Amino acid sequence: MSAPAAQIPGTGSLQAGRDARRRTLFEEAILPPLVALGIALVVGDLLILTFGQAPGAVFRLLLEGTWANAYGFGQVLYKATTLTFTGLAFAIAARAGLFNIGAESQLAAGGFVAALAGLALPAGTPWLLAVPLCIVASAIGGGAVGAVPGVLKARFGASEVIVTIMLNFIVLALLNYVVAAHLHVPETLHTPEMAVGGVVRLADVSDAFRGSAANAILLLAIATAGTVWWYLFRTRPGFELRAVGLQPDAAEYGGVHVGRVWVRAMMLSGALAGLGGLNYVLGYKHYYEEGFAAGSGFLGVAVALVGRNHPLGIMLAALLFATLSQGGLAVNALVPKQMVEVLQAVVILAVVTSVPEVRRVLRAAVRPAAKADAKVSA
Amino acid sequence: MILLAFLAQTLRIVIPYLLAAAGGVLSERAGIVALTLEGFMLTGAFTAALGSYYAGSPWVGLLTGLLGGVALALLLALATVRYKADQVVAGIALNLLAIGGTRFFLRYAFDSSSNSPRVPGFGGESGGATGVLATLAASAQNPLVWIGLLIVPATAWLLYRTPFGLRIRAAGEKPEAARSLGVPVARVRVLGVACAGALAGLAGAYLALDQHQFTDGMTAGRGFIALAAVIFGRWDPKRVALACVLFAAAETFQIQLQGAQLIPSQFVEMIPYVLTIVALAGVVGRSAAPAALGKAE
Repeated sequence: MSAPAAQIPGTGSLQAGRDARRRTLFEEAILPPLVALGIALVVGDLLILTFGQAPGAVFRLLLEGTWANAYGFGQVLYKATTLTFTGLAFAIAARAGLFNIGAESQLAAGGFVAALAGLALPAGTPWLLAVPLCIVASAIGGGAVGAVPGVLKARFGASEVIVTIMLNFIVLALLNYVVAAHLHVPETLHTPEMAVGGVVRLADVSDAFRGSAANAILLLAIATAGTVWWYLFRTRPGFELRAVGLQPDAAEYGGVHVGRVWVRAMMLSGALAGLGGLNYVLGYKHYYEEGFAAGSGFLGVAVALVGRNHPLGIMLAALLFATLSQGGLAVNALVPKQMVEVLQAVVILAVVTSVPEVRRVLRAAVRPAAKADAKVSA
Repeated sequence: MILLAFLAQTLRIVIPYLLAAAGGVLSERAGIVALTLEGFMLTGAFTAALGSYYAGSPWVGLLTGLLGGVALALLLALATVRYKADQVVAGIALNLLAIGGTRFFLRYAFDSSSNSPRVPGFGGESGGATGVLATLAASAQNPLVWIGLLIVPATAWLLYRTPFGLRIRAAGEKPEAARSLGVPVARVRVLGVACAGALAGLAGAYLALDQHQFTDGMTAGRGFIALAAVIFGRWDPKRVALACVLFAAAETFQIQLQGAQLIPSQFVEMIPYVLTIVALAGVVGRSAAPAALGKAE
């Protein structure tokens, strides 16, 4: 029995192509967050009920403490800034078919090198010179740590998953050693404050962010997301990177040097994670502190997954995870704030397990109808 | 006497590595990435403390620790085998779940954000002002020490001498071929992961019962070190056990040197991680990992 050509996707009419694209958009962009949120709500309700509280009241408090409150909203933006960077970092590696689990230490290395640059600059250094220098320093710090697994994978075939996990431990221990042995202010775990200061806090510009840590690095995050989009979808190296991620063998055959793309992708990924360190160092405290990354690197994986490795999706997902994380503090009086840690894990699991399942069920429901149509038209 | 003290300390440290790494071998040989050993261990430590506290018996703690690890392992199996989720992502998510979940239920069960109350453990006090021989005597009274010492030959026997071991190896090397010969690959993989959960759960139970309490994040990367030992030992129980002993000896060395301050402790902490990268980049070679590791069947 020969199938009619119109049923093969991409070869059908213009209308069929548009339908397929609309379905892809729905399945890729709209379905995952909806399913993930739905499941997180159910699990959240269960956890809240375990603690003998009313789910409605807890979720209302969570929203009041974040989006409906000037300080809370500023904190959400502050947390979303770091998560946007670590999400972009994971996504750019994932687009090249690589798993970068090392954002945690790349972020710390970026923050550390940026703080070193800031400490080296004398007090009178103009803002216009100091800020770009710190930006470049953080990208170099993160990029250097990111390059290691890229080179080891390209050269020796070492799994980047394991290497980045091991590097997390190594780099964090190394940074702790350097700070503890040579750089810290006595009785603390942080370096001295940078003489050049940092970037503008949003609270200095508008009362709407009163007291929160949100700062101008937020704008850098948005610009970076735009740049990553442009790089991935509008430039030749970005196209090569995605080609390697989709089909490494075909890309190699097509003349792309796969190993070189892996190294480049991991370097870019590390550099993006490193930029995330600026949010704390340049935007908030003006020094490097042991443990400031505290999970933002790992959450980047979740952010990229929910955001489907797309810069716009990542910014939205970063807002979602930042809301959960700030909201946890807001509801802590009723339910332990650790509830949101559980919910964040549930969101990742929901996206990797239920989304393909829901998609399968939807397609199975659509297919018999499509077959019936085909029979009628034949 | 110094040597004996060194050996006694190394024995205490190596047990959880042996248990978790043996589980890691079974899981990875069956084709499922064992990133979640850390989460299994942490969950096992918490449920062991819970069981020991409420039943007043460390034996119950041992059992609940095992079951806690298995419960999380079944969740990983559900996500990766049934729903074919990416193993690395699912593994990371379950590690996060273990961290958040143990903290949440620590508040729920004991109303504390840092540690559980004191729970019964095996034998006498350890780590107190007791001598080397007392430490060894306490270890000898701990059934988990014996299980840990026997787990390596047991795993090797299971893997190389039983039909189930053959099925595990087939599921991790060539699942398609295994299935065409009638091996229920999915079921074998679920069992492999469940074994990993059980053994890493026991490793966590050992930590909690040894310290007579659960503390937040008490595994502190030991699950990842066990995974490092699996890779460094090329997925072979005997070599993996040697790697565990090597890592434990390095840790003991660090503890004994802490007074002397010859090498900063941070550098000694790095040893297993650096060794793993070295192993991956050359010593192990590309062909050592199970061929279908990380791939959905």
